[in-house]
Amino acid sequence: MAYSDKTRGMYSDILTGLQDAGLFKMERYIHSPQAAEIEVEFPTGSSLKKVINICANNYLGLSSHPDVVKAAHEGLDSHGYGMSSVRFICGTQDIHRRLENMVSGFLGTEDTILFPSCMDANAGIFEAVLTKDDVMISDRLVHASIIDGIRLCSAMHDTFKHSDMAHLESKLQLHHDRRLKMVITDGVFSMDGDTAKLDEMAALCETYNALLFVDESHASGFIGKTGRGTHEKYGVMDKVDIITTTFGKGLGGASGGCVSGRKELVEMCRQKARPYLFSNTIAPPVVSGVIKVLEILSANTELRDKLEINTEFWRKGLTEAGFVLKDGDTPIVPVMLFNAKLSQDVSRGLYEEGIYAIGFFFPVVPQGQARIRTQISAGHEIHHLEKALDAFTKVGKKYNILGKSKQEIIEMYGM
Amino acid sequence: MEEMLAAVREYVIDEYVEDDSEVTYDTPLISGGIVDSFSMVSLKRFLENKYNISIPDDKATPEAFDSINKICVLVKEYIG
Repeated sequence: MAYSDKTRGMYSDILTGLQDAGLFKMERYIHSPQAAEIEVEFPTGSSLKKVINICANNYLGLSSHPDVVKAAHEGLDSHGYGMSSVRFICGTQDIHRRLENMVSGFLGTEDTILFPSCMDANAGIFEAVLTKDDVMISDRLVHASIIDGIRLCSAMHDTFKHSDMAHLESKLQLHHDRRLKMVITDGVFSMDGDTAKLDEMAALCETYNALLFVDESHASGFIGKTGRGTHEKYGVMDKVDIITTTFGKGLGGASGGCVSGRKELVEMCRQKARPYLFSNTIAPPVVSGVIKVLEILSANTELRDKLEINTEFWRKGLTEAGFVLKDGDTPIVPVMLFNAKLSQDVSRGLYEEGIYAIGFFFPVVPQGQARIRTQISAGHEIHHLEKALDAFTKVGKKYNILGKSKQEIIEMYGM
Repeated sequence: MEEMLAAVREYVIDEYVEDDSEVTYDTPLISGGIVDSFSMVSLKRFLENKYNISIPDDKATPEAFDSINKICVLVKEYIG
């Protein structure tokens, strides 16, 4: 047998090492649909506990929206369960192309191509449109899926300090001789909740003749006055060349992603992007669900407006309670605790109080930057947020961190 | 050599160090996590522009770029 005791032992040692280092990830089983209130089995085998969820990417509360669920049922009935084929053989239905056109209309782009996930979109886009004669210049805090996509591409790669426009400009000057330059950023940064300065970036891209790429996974559907995204917020809807985004967060939360932008770049993906060519696309029921999501969001701005109100309420409440927050105005509100163990203890304390929120620490965030990342939803009602604020305040008092500065918390608990 | 060491150190600190970490001429840059392998390209291009040299890609390895001392030894080879 190839899988010998020695091989098994090797992997067991690695996994034990992860546990000893506190880096072992545990899944918590949820027995209810995704929503503001969920039923959780944790630890495994324990009885179910009803908790308020403030760590989902369910920004618009659409994950279990009755109209979306109904549309998915109808899609299942009309178009079946699966396609058993990649797109270019016999895996494209009318609804796939309809969704692509709807996404283009929603984001204000020329064309769109669906991918099985945004992870796949980011894995496929760079090698499909760039060569070794080009350069990719990315913000140092871009999402892991972008880094993986960059690794798969033969173009030169450089980075600029997070949101540092002077540094970006120096890199555009440094690489002036490349055939193409592509500036790469997240629209909303998932760990800190801040937004890319797309107006300044678009201006620099014009000056230095560079393409602008933005991952809008934590923005599509709710950032900007009508929820089109970060490019709407900064008034540069016609200046972004490539957008990637997901249908696994605000836009229904199921799965799937896309590349949307200049039509030639989208067509290059259709011809060359490997995750598109060698994997089935989004299943018909999910496509039907996302179509309904875009219909809902195109009809009015009710959900993103509610999310904005909830976010303001939440950020104000945490600030008044005396927590240290990362600055920003998005529904990602990181409560800074700095120490990894403290973040785990606070998370556990919140769970005991009926609040589901996860502590993040190194290597997911930089060393000494441990936090509870809270994420607000239009699915939350104010009474959910009030209860969560009470729980945060109670746990914050227990650990004596309310009203304390970063330095004071670090002095008490270390980095 | 001292001038080159100081110039490279200044660039490394300005480009990659975002806290108060001390960087000596022997501090491990790549293996120490100060410079990630992605960001090496800007360091390579800085050296090529400043000293008017061309460092072949197969010589610009993480090992060769792992300290300021090692970088300057490499650069001197191409300055001639």
